Amino acid sequence: MLKRIASLALLASLSAGLAFAAGGGKEARKQNWKFEGVFGTYDKASAQRGFQVFQEVCAACHSAKYIAFYNLGDKGAPFYDPAYPNSNDNPVVKAIAKQFTVTAGPDSSGDMFERPGTSADKIPAPFANEMAAMAANSGAFPPDLSLITRARYNGSNYLYSLLTGYKDAPEGVQLSAGMSYNPYFTGGNQMAMGAPFIDGLVEYTDGTTASVEQMSRDVTEFLTWAADPKMEQRKGTGLMVMIYLFLLSLLLYGSYRAVWRDVKH
Amino acid sequence: MSGSSNYDPKTGIEKWLDARLPIIRLGVDTLIFPSPRNLNYWWTFGAILAVMLVSQLITGIILAMHYVPHPEHAFDSIQHINRNVNFGWLLQPMHAIGASLMFLAVYIHMFRGMYYGSYKNPREMIWIVGMVIYLLMMAAGFMGYVLPWGQMSIWGAIVITNLFSAIPPEAAGQSVTQWLWGGFSVDGPTLNRFFSLHYLLPFLIVAMVALHIWALHIPSNNNPTGISIKTKADTLDFHPYYTIKDAFAIAVFFMIFAWFLFFMPDSLGHPDNLIPANPLSTPAHIVPEWYYLPFYAMLRAVPDKLMGVITMFAAIGILFVLPWLDTSKVRSMRYRPLAKLFFFVFVLTCLGLGWCGAKLPSDLVFATGVNEAGNAVGFTFVWFSRILTLYYFAFFIVILPILGLVEKPKPRPLSIEASVLGDTKGGA
Repeated sequence: MLKRIASLALLASLSAGLAFAAGGGKEARKQNWKFEGVFGTYDKASAQRGFQVFQEVCAACHSAKYIAFYNLGDKGAPFYDPAYPNSNDNPVVKAIAKQFTVTAGPDSSGDMFERPGTSADKIPAPFANEMAAMAANSGAFPPDLSLITRARYNGSNYLYSLLTGYKDAPEGVQLSAGMSYNPYFTGGNQMAMGAPFIDGLVEYTDGTTASVEQMSRDVTEFLTWAADPKMEQRKGTGLMVMIYLFLLSLLLYGSYRAVWRDVKH
Repeated sequence: MSGSSNYDPKTGIEKWLDARLPIIRLGVDTLIFPSPRNLNYWWTFGAILAVMLVSQLITGIILAMHYVPHPEHAFDSIQHINRNVNFGWLLQPMHAIGASLMFLAVYIHMFRGMYYGSYKNPREMIWIVGMVIYLLMMAAGFMGYVLPWGQMSIWGAIVITNLFSAIPPEAAGQSVTQWLWGGFSVDGPTLNRFFSLHYLLPFLIVAMVALHIWALHIPSNNNPTGISIKTKADTLDFHPYYTIKDAFAIAVFFMIFAWFLFFMPDSLGHPDNLIPANPLSTPAHIVPEWYYLPFYAMLRAVPDKLMGVITMFAAIGILFVLPWLDTSKVRSMRYRPLAKLFFFVFVLTCLGLGWCGAKLPSDLVFATGVNEAGNAVGFTFVWFSRILTLYYFAFFIVILPILGLVEKPKPRPLSIEASVLGDTKGGA
């Protein structure tokens, strides 16, 4: 009977899954990620490199407005350091924040002013507003990246495939002015964003060779964390909850058998 | 059963209170009442739903403390809850996934009622109140899905509220839509009123659940044999026998809930709903949550908009009169071989309609060839959903009424007790 209930649940989840397999673009290439699975955790070194790529390349056009600098030092985050349970005090986080310029104010005379970032600030957006972003990018709006891997079907594989998937347009495909060909792009095969990476574009502080694949992988790792920053906490809690519920079920089943012991049913 | 009471106040305080406000008597008689001794695990979904409702209320009330019902802030406030509010990362998905799992449980609960004939005399009112609860759940679920103000939120709201514009203008269709929106499009006022109603509806559901349980206490539970309770030997007290069985089932159900919640929280949602609402950009494929998909398929199966809307609402409306469409006096389909067969086809039809609802009407179920332009042609989902819609209605309007008259039921046991003693495997 329980098997039947479980299979019903499975059926429902499958039919739900079917709903979302739709969308344009070539099927994303499946990668192996450390964050997958019940025990999955983020690859911190990769996510740190990914932040460097984000900061030096992506952030020129893309915002990540839901991420505050202190988030980078939270538990489960790329720059978490157990010595600083309050991530605002994490020196790495503070140093990163300082590299950004933040508009603050108004001051006592009513003017906005610029100052270096602090760990309490959100990562500042590269453009003042959507129209400014579009004006600087020939009419295309570079989307906010804080949720990008969850806002696309099969997001992490999609993002990796997209970043490494730029190609010359095949014969017969007429590209519009300023567009690049990418078979993975959900909005058709033409993309306003050109290939963002070339080999050696960034110089990794940890000495890793910055190939296009490596940078794509690292930035995907970072953005997957950005979209789901509580994943490690959630999976850890989930494991405890599952163990608890399993033991509770055993106890309740035993109680059920005990109560019904002398009853024919 | 009504009339008798199992409560005997012993202390002075209890006697004093019982003479003035017999609330302990109410509680005792709600829990200690004779239930058929042969209820199987399909009967545990009522208790599962009650617990899920409480879970939804608790998580929802806390979420409302942090949520901002404003088009500029709604999406951000959901992110704020998930990223910055203590345990918000747990509460928000728990509420969203809890809604999905509640619908899963309610569908099993309804299919169980249909299979065992729980809607039949004398339980028609339990069924009808249950259908009111289901309708309220659909409304609450729909409005709740709008609140995060993502792309599917706003476009789902646009599609559903526009259904009312199918009402001809001379019958006030346009003004109904504008009245629902609070303006000329789905916008801030719509979001605000949906939030208000989304907070209200669960309390109406609680009230209806009270009526549902009250009505249940008049004839007591139906049971897998469908035979009425005849003697005390047919019954067991609800507490402790079914409270403990339900508790076990709830724990197992919560393991499924927890699995989705902790390990695949995005699997029941749509990625587009994590893109902020943009009324100027229509998603490629607007789909509702999975629990509305069968009705969405019916809506799109009919070429005429008004008829599509009528078909969709009729699909729910017809459930209200089910007790009078089924002409068979035998409750349980255990003893109705033909009805059982048609019922399983009906379940598959509902799942099939769900599949159709997730696809574009022009998608192919299977291809039969290629046309001159080189595109595959074949059996499309719109035709598949038309066939399934036809069966859905035929099941209620043709099959059940006729079957009751022509089907020869199998012999039934004399009593619940006899069925239990004859069947050594037990009810579960």
